[in-house]
Amino acid sequence: MLDDKDRIFTNLYGFESWNLGAAKKRGIWDNTAALILKGQPAMIEEMKNSGLRGRGGAGFPTGMKWSFMPKPSDKQHYLIVNADESEPGTCKDRDILRFDPHRLLEGILCACFAINAHTCYIYIRGEFYNEASNVQKAIDEAYAAGLLGKNAAGSGWDCDVYLHRGAGAYICGEETALMESLEGKKGQPRNKPPFPAGAGLYSCPTTINNVETIAVAPEILRRGAAWFAAIGRPKNSGTKVFCISGHVAQPCNVEEAMSIPLRELIEKHAGGVRGGWDNLLAVIPGGSSTPLLPKDICETVLMDFDSLRDVKSGLGTAGVIVMDKSTDIIYAIARLSHFYMHESCGQCTPCREGTGWLWRVMQRMVRGQAEVAEIDTLLEVTKEIEGHTICAHGDASAWPIQGLIRHFKPIMIERIEQYRKQAKRAA
Amino acid sequence: MGESASAFRRRVLVGAKSDMIEQPKSFSFTTENLARAQRIIAKYPEGRQASAVIPLLDIAQRQSGNWLPLAAMNYVAEMLEMPRIRVYEVASFYTMFNKEEVGKNFVQICTTTPCWLRGSDEIKKICRNKLGIGVNETTADGKFTVVEVECLGACVNAPMVQVNDDYYEDLTPENMSKLLDDLALGKKPSVGSQVGRRGSCAQNGPTSLKDRVKSNA
Repeated sequence: MLDDKDRIFTNLYGFESWNLGAAKKRGIWDNTAALILKGQPAMIEEMKNSGLRGRGGAGFPTGMKWSFMPKPSDKQHYLIVNADESEPGTCKDRDILRFDPHRLLEGILCACFAINAHTCYIYIRGEFYNEASNVQKAIDEAYAAGLLGKNAAGSGWDCDVYLHRGAGAYICGEETALMESLEGKKGQPRNKPPFPAGAGLYSCPTTINNVETIAVAPEILRRGAAWFAAIGRPKNSGTKVFCISGHVAQPCNVEEAMSIPLRELIEKHAGGVRGGWDNLLAVIPGGSSTPLLPKDICETVLMDFDSLRDVKSGLGTAGVIVMDKSTDIIYAIARLSHFYMHESCGQCTPCREGTGWLWRVMQRMVRGQAEVAEIDTLLEVTKEIEGHTICAHGDASAWPIQGLIRHFKPIMIERIEQYRKQAKRAA
Repeated sequence: MGESASAFRRRVLVGAKSDMIEQPKSFSFTTENLARAQRIIAKYPEGRQASAVIPLLDIAQRQSGNWLPLAAMNYVAEMLEMPRIRVYEVASFYTMFNKEEVGKNFVQICTTTPCWLRGSDEIKKICRNKLGIGVNETTADGKFTVVEVECLGACVNAPMVQVNDDYYEDLTPENMSKLLDDLALGKKPSVGSQVGRRGSCAQNGPTSLKDRVKSNA
């Protein structure tokens, strides 16, 4: 188990105040200028060496992302913090935003310096009204204390931070859709290239990072890359905030070491599976987009990028959704199909039409009102959607169903047979 | 098909009940909201004022009593020098903009898988039984509108609902019932967990940082 002294988010549950005074007592804004005086190359090198991979789902190495930003030119550089947390099963950024916003703001100053940006927008989902209110108050406090604005925190770097509230659209968590939205348009993803580092917000070089990614940066710079890299496994290093929801005795968020075994995570922190470990049916390990895992895989799998990839799933946002044996697993996944249909931006045909088709067929699968051969057709259609859209929303709609068919096809067949028997009896 | 452009616009923008909705003839920000809008526009670079469209529509919706009349969209379009259609697009793309009037308490029940696993069906049932309305309906006295929404990002405190700006979490049929009673009486129930949990901490107490928590309890 992760030692308390290695925990970054010491106010994850809000037992202490979010405000500047309390934040300083937690060590935030402690001589931030010294971190910046290390210089840009050293800072990016430190981030690279720490092994930090993006905490928003894709897991791209943060230091490398920062290094993609071009040399200063007459174009503005922008940092965008993606606080559009909407992946079902995920509620970690919310805790950082409402209980520890200064940790994020300090990270913003460091990241802005590293990528030559003087302006940062925090794009927060519109529903997080009270969270946004705390972040705005924290921004105001930081300006008043000289920690943001001109010569921020005495670092010699000018850094302006603006909060921007969205208005309800999961797709705006996709980085290019987010930029479209921030420019005042519908949140429809852009084709890449150009990548944001080349032409992002307002066609200017832009880096977009998740809240948790930015919030851990100052601690990495303070304690050193080696400290962070020593936690977890190589290429999967550091601490991570996990969200454990669903059929557990004690649903909760917790910061743990990367690569913690899934079973240990559930049993140590979430009070175990409801009705005991043997009552486990399946786990969605990293937010709704990641394919579910049946119990036998859950026994041994480690919670990190590579271990979950090896079992054809993913760490995603680390939103762990636990389902016990009482779960109608077909409906649980069908409900996600509804989600992806509802949230499709409508731009690409395979996704716009496909997600609706998946939901309609999945509804029949829930009832068993289908031919057994249709399970294969369903699988085939998910493969036609996957990889054929501008953004990963199409993939994300396909993966949960692929996971269901991979591990629970017998249950789907059983449901179809049941339905037939009942229909025969009724006739 | 023989429909005028303005009729089409009205139908698409305000939904099926368009003919039943009385659209206010005009709209303008209050002095206070105008100042608020100008502060928001100043957040974005010159010439990029369109970036302010979502926040301004949000202010307009609040001023109008939690829905967005056509006149308000037109007003925002003019203020931001945007073609009206661009503003209509935004207003219809984002789910938080209500194109028709809603009840004083806008109850949004999350029913996505993590909430469903923890009993969001029961929460829906309580709403139907207590309020006598189904999803997408408003009570006759205008006090409540109930809608189903997708994941609101409070999954470890499931099931949950959002009423206007506030989250109510860790719901049970009993505390949901009481919540609706309190809202009907115009009371302001305490926001967040309805079983006294601190944030996303395990209900039995934290499994980490115990020393810090003890000194702050």
